[in-house]
Amino acid sequence: MSTATVQRWTAASLTSSGAVGCLVAALAFVPVALSANATDKLTTFLVYLILAAMWNALAGYAGLVSVGQQAFFGLGAYFAIKLSNAGVGIYPALVLGALCGGAVSVPVSWFMLRLRGGEFAIGMWVVSEIAFRLVILDYSVGGLTGTSIGPALGGFSPSDRRNDNYWLALGAAVLLLAVVFGLLRSRTGASLQAIRDDEEAAASVGVRVLAGKGIVFVLAAFGCAAAGSLWLATSLTFQPDDFFSVKWTAYMLFMALVGGLGTFEGPIVGAVVFFVIQDQWGDQGVWYLVGLGAAAILFALALPRGIWGTVEDRFGLRLLPVGYRLRMPAAGGGGAPA
Amino acid sequence: MIWLNQIVQGILLGGFYALLASGLSLMFGVMRIINLAHGDLAVLGAFFLYVLANDGGMSPWAALAVVLPSMAAGGWLLQRTMLERSLRAGVLVPLLTTLGLGIVVQNLLFEDFGADQRSLFSNIGALGYDSWRITSQISIGKLSALIFAVAVAVLVALQLFLTRTPLGRALRATAEDPDTAQLVGVDARRVYALAAAIAVAVAALAGVFLAMQSSIQPYSGPGELIFAFETVVIGGLGSLWGTLAGGIVLGVAQNVGAQIDPSWPLLAGHVVFLAVLAARVVLGEIGSRGGLQAVLGRV
Repeated sequence: MSTATVQRWTAASLTSSGAVGCLVAALAFVPVALSANATDKLTTFLVYLILAAMWNALAGYAGLVSVGQQAFFGLGAYFAIKLSNAGVGIYPALVLGALCGGAVSVPVSWFMLRLRGGEFAIGMWVVSEIAFRLVILDYSVGGLTGTSIGPALGGFSPSDRRNDNYWLALGAAVLLLAVVFGLLRSRTGASLQAIRDDEEAAASVGVRVLAGKGIVFVLAAFGCAAAGSLWLATSLTFQPDDFFSVKWTAYMLFMALVGGLGTFEGPIVGAVVFFVIQDQWGDQGVWYLVGLGAAAILFALALPRGIWGTVEDRFGLRLLPVGYRLRMPAAGGGGAPA
Repeated sequence: MIWLNQIVQGILLGGFYALLASGLSLMFGVMRIINLAHGDLAVLGAFFLYVLANDGGMSPWAALAVVLPSMAAGGWLLQRTMLERSLRAGVLVPLLTTLGLGIVVQNLLFEDFGADQRSLFSNIGALGYDSWRITSQISIGKLSALIFAVAVAVLVALQLFLTRTPLGRALRATAEDPDTAQLVGVDARRVYALAAAIAVAVAALAGVFLAMQSSIQPYSGPGELIFAFETVVIGGLGSLWGTLAGGIVLGVAQNVGAQIDPSWPLLAGHVVFLAVLAARVVLGEIGSRGGLQAVLGRV
């Protein structure tokens, strides 16, 4: 009688991973092949995708439920403007701004990661409010009214700008998702899930809890800062109350939970759902928001594991495997296995 | 003297924060639900009373007798229809449910009332501006004093309810360990619904006071929510008197901050919040090395 084997890849996941590779390659040609409007929309989608994947890595894998990721979103944009004002070229400034915004998470993590559950969640919201209050005290970026990066981008034609933004967003999204994918498949990924499931038990078997959480926290901060800096590049204006709005975290929460928290594919599905909802009904104003809220409630009640979580449960389907699965021997002829 | 005045006003403001936060603390303490719609439910209660007082011609105090039971019933239903089901899927799903609920409440209110600031100031007559003059620099507004007194009364009532009544004991037992509580015959579903009913009614009361003292608009909820959270965390989760202390610390920090620089009140409140958490972390570290806490434990 054969024994159970542990496997990561299946035929389906090998095929789908290959397909993802082809899809990414195809996406690189979007500005050449599709209309300007489609390019803009896909740039927006890529920003949502980054946000969803980052919140999922935090909450779904490290158990860090943050209500304050808008802190890094806003800081990424803020530092990009500061660097651009200081004479750095706008595209290098966008990249460096994202890195600076993410770097803020290193000192923040030292303190915040020692808090538990609800205290961490709210503490992060307060951190983001503090960042917002400090940024609006800085009159060089226009205080509460904000400022525009239009002048800095003046040297680029609208179509160049659109395409550059798109490629930047695609590069950032692919890089960040690849890092999350690699991280989750590594030893750290396994220890993170152990931390999420039971912090004390994980610590007792030798998992370095703070280090594990720290890696994800800093990674998610870089991701959110990159998303903020990309959002600045597409919207051209920096209004602090918009960039530091808690709505960004609300979007992340919506996408990650609707898609399927704690699965790699989930936030991708969630980002598609959110993007479609916004694209179809975003111009309906108040009723769009009422519908979005109602959708959040309906998903929470009907599909608490999210779309992908439910698919995974029901069909055992894993397209981009980050975990392992146990394959029981085929029960051929000899009755039920013991 | 001006500093003393700021401290006095801060303490009074702290009473309001404690009232706002007590429902949040109760729901977190009993059900482990972080209710992201708490501020919006407070604002909803205030708008409800605003309609009764201005369109229905009721006295705002008489209208409370309609608003509070209705909001309590709403809280009961909320728990039974939505939160109970989402809680079964883990502690994160209620975040999504209450987030969605908050967005729905805000935008339906916006659809009905528009973005204008509304106030109940004109409905309460002289109470809104009367004050007792203590010294030339310090005066205590009658409304602020009333809110503080009501907050303390609500906290005392909750405390007595939790410690002296069978239902209160059942509630504490369920908060401690729902499975074991059910083994000894406590109906956890009923207890949870009761906690939600109390929490939402008290939130509505706080919302009404907010509208009397200043003003509200449909999107006021999240701004109030963060103060409520800060109050709960500063005071320590699950402690009612801690909630009052937390509210006072936050209120004083904001008012003293405003005295230092007009653009600082919120910043000062947030910084004090983080300082309290930092102190707790540092003391915890000392304690885990057998330091301060070990010493205090022996006293």
